[in-house]
Amino acid sequence: MMASDESQSNESAGQARRKAAMAVLAHSEAAEISGRLGTIALPAHENLREPENGLVMVRGRVGGDGAPFNLGEATVSRAAVRLSTGEVGFGYTLGRDRQKAQMIALCDAMVQSDQFADLVEAKVVAPLRAAVIAGRNRKAAETAATRVDFYTLVRGEG
Amino acid sequence: MYVAVKGGERAIENAHRLLAHERRGDRDVPELSLDQISGQLSLGVDRVMTEGSLYDRELAALAMKQARGDMIEAIFLVRAFRATLPRFGATDPVDTGHMQVRRRISSTFKDIPGGQILGPTFDYTHRLLDPQLAEGFSPERPATGEASIAAMPRVTDILGRDGLIETSPEADADTPVGDLTREPLSFPADRDLRLQNLARADEGFLLALGYSTQRGYGRTHPFAGEIRFGEVEVEFMAEDAGFAVPLGSIAMTECQMVNQFKGSATEAPCFTRGYGLAFGQSERKTMSMALVDRSLRARELGEEVVAAAQDEEFVMSHSDNVQATGFVEHLKLPHYVDFQSELGLLRKLRKEFAEANEASPMQEAAE
Repeated sequence: MMASDESQSNESAGQARRKAAMAVLAHSEAAEISGRLGTIALPAHENLREPENGLVMVRGRVGGDGAPFNLGEATVSRAAVRLSTGEVGFGYTLGRDRQKAQMIALCDAMVQSDQFADLVEAKVVAPLRAAVIAGRNRKAAETAATRVDFYTLVRGEG
Repeated sequence: MYVAVKGGERAIENAHRLLAHERRGDRDVPELSLDQISGQLSLGVDRVMTEGSLYDRELAALAMKQARGDMIEAIFLVRAFRATLPRFGATDPVDTGHMQVRRRISSTFKDIPGGQILGPTFDYTHRLLDPQLAEGFSPERPATGEASIAAMPRVTDILGRDGLIETSPEADADTPVGDLTREPLSFPADRDLRLQNLARADEGFLLALGYSTQRGYGRTHPFAGEIRFGEVEVEFMAEDAGFAVPLGSIAMTECQMVNQFKGSATEAPCFTRGYGLAFGQSERKTMSMALVDRSLRARELGEEVVAAAQDEEFVMSHSDNVQATGFVEHLKLPHYVDFQSELGLLRKLRKEFAEANEASPMQEAAE
């Protein structure tokens, strides 16, 4: 029981790490990912699924929190890559940039590799994460300046 | 009867060549780039994505350029493109409660947790044409403020805590989510299908219907409980990866209309809701959608159906501008044979009329 709990939590920790890296990469421009990947020696790999374009149906919820409904589609790209050491990575992203999906898949495979996980985190994911967060913070600050501060005018002698 | 069915090829080819020339405009003026359209005509791009039912800014910008700014033609092009790609599946439903908000206002409560945030809006502008924009204008950088880390609950969630507003309908695990792109419409239609139809419906049509409810044709007494616009994260359950993978974020606008009460002998009265959701910054669209969503709930809420905006078959059958333009515009295609038969019939009727009048002019005069 203990062992199975532990392996489950290891699995979910690994999955959480992969998802976090995927999220950063999906939010980054393809050119930025490619620039970062260019700074490291990439492991030997092959395409398990040739990068391809497709659609996903984007769903919302009635009232924001109720039953799901189909809002409309979005273009996506996906790819799968296998390192020569066996790790399989998956790349999914909004948009029609197949190359970007392929790079995300490669990064996802490296995130799972003992040999490359630290390297890809330090040289690719971490700097991109910082850029994504900086972009978000800038937008949040611009938005915050448009917050209404109500004040009440006091009338009369009191 | 002879009908020409051949011979238009060269004329068509040259007409398209002339179209391409006219689309380009004055060749001494720089050509529009897709980045310019996407960045500077962004609300038009949002509309094409919403009604084209495809989130892809670059494609929507291309469609606008190709359509020479004709929005319905652009929407048509985007719809046609959708058919060229396979669908991998459906995303997990997006969580608008965790939107990275760029605008969020409520007309029902002044002091809402998270505050009233105006964002980039035309509201409170004077609607005077700005000559500065005509001659190349570099605006100031936006002001910045201290971003709050406070949560921004939906206004409907706040009302919901006290039971003052009805809860949203819950998901039914046994019923698949309706999809009108896969199955033809049939009536009565459930709310998931109605919302999908309204989400891709023509903005002008929904605006007019929403307006008609305000003027009394299916009155629903609405308040804009909340309008929010910003980025929501999208995740997709990828079978190969074995978990929900992040795809990135999509800009969306959500409108929650709060409407007058329902209640019964067994249920305390509470506010009812209408909902609007669309890609991009599409405020007028989502407000109109929420008004019409609420009025289409007449049957469910036991209200008398007396107006167009309450009639789901009328609304859903006429809301799609690609279908509508297809049927209206097909009238300009050759109808030579149809018309010849009508012409023949009319000539026969006129001849009979003339003969009848000639035969008995006196009788008619006497009557």
